[in-house]
Amino acid sequence: MESDDRTIIRAVLGGATERFEELVVKYQPRLFAMARRYARREDEVEDIVQEIFLKSYSKLRSYREEAPFEHWIMRLATYTCYDFLRKHKRNREMTITDLSNPEMDWLDRVGGKEETHVDQSAAKMLVDRLMEGLSPDARLVITLLEIEEKSIKEISVLTGWSLPLVKVRAFRARQQMRKMLTRISPNTYL
Amino acid sequence: MKMDSVIEKLMRAARNNPPSDRVPYTFEKRIMARLAGTQPVDLSTWLAVQLWRAVVPCFAVMILLGVWINVGNPIAGNDSSLAEITGELSLDHVVQVATVISSD
Repeated sequence: MESDDRTIIRAVLGGATERFEELVVKYQPRLFAMARRYARREDEVEDIVQEIFLKSYSKLRSYREEAPFEHWIMRLATYTCYDFLRKHKRNREMTITDLSNPEMDWLDRVGGKEETHVDQSAAKMLVDRLMEGLSPDARLVITLLEIEEKSIKEISVLTGWSLPLVKVRAFRARQQMRKMLTRISPNTYL
Repeated sequence: MKMDSVIEKLMRAARNNPPSDRVPYTFEKRIMARLAGTQPVDLSTWLAVQLWRAVVPCFAVMILLGVWINVGNPIAGNDSSLAEITGELSLDHVVQVATVISSD
């Protein structure tokens, strides 16, 4: 599998640029899924994935074949998503009035004793809202650590941050999430 | 503690509902159209890679030249024979040659 990638890359660098399409076809589903974690609108998702492929094409000569191509392109994808978050920093304050009824219901149920039926889609909507309120660093680290369940070391490799920096940012990100939850539902958590 | 468990439940919900990996129709064609006519060249990176690759051959040439100068070349590598050659040219010889040239 990996040798296939290397063969394709050598061919592209040797002038057979049309073979780059094979890499695009192979990696685009993963990159779309990844970009959808950071952008909501579909046109933004497409822009992110397009930028990842354009960057990977222009930097293809810097790929040294020491690690699998998959790791290389995922690192590039992480940088691109992080850049997107920084450029589109919304970070708006969220209040209880922003929440939809299903989200409020979910918070009531999970906050109270009766936790019978948890509406997963409402929870997912609430996560998306919380994520949008986080800073770019916090959002990236929470996504990688808590949702994609990557280790601190893997996050360090993907982001280029040192291990202590990843730990500090993860700690601060959790604090930010706690603060936001307290703000949107103070009666439940205070 | 209660807050942590809520966050954990939210994260679990996010993990259980991963985003779709659906790709828009002919997206790869769009990428290839954008790339048409461009070469995968990042000039600074390319230059750095080429210079880095040149290190080993340059080092090998340097070693070979060093060996050749010190061992293979009898004139340049032997200081005593060089001294003998230059020693044969005494001051008298130089004066004689200079006189002949000036008389011409």
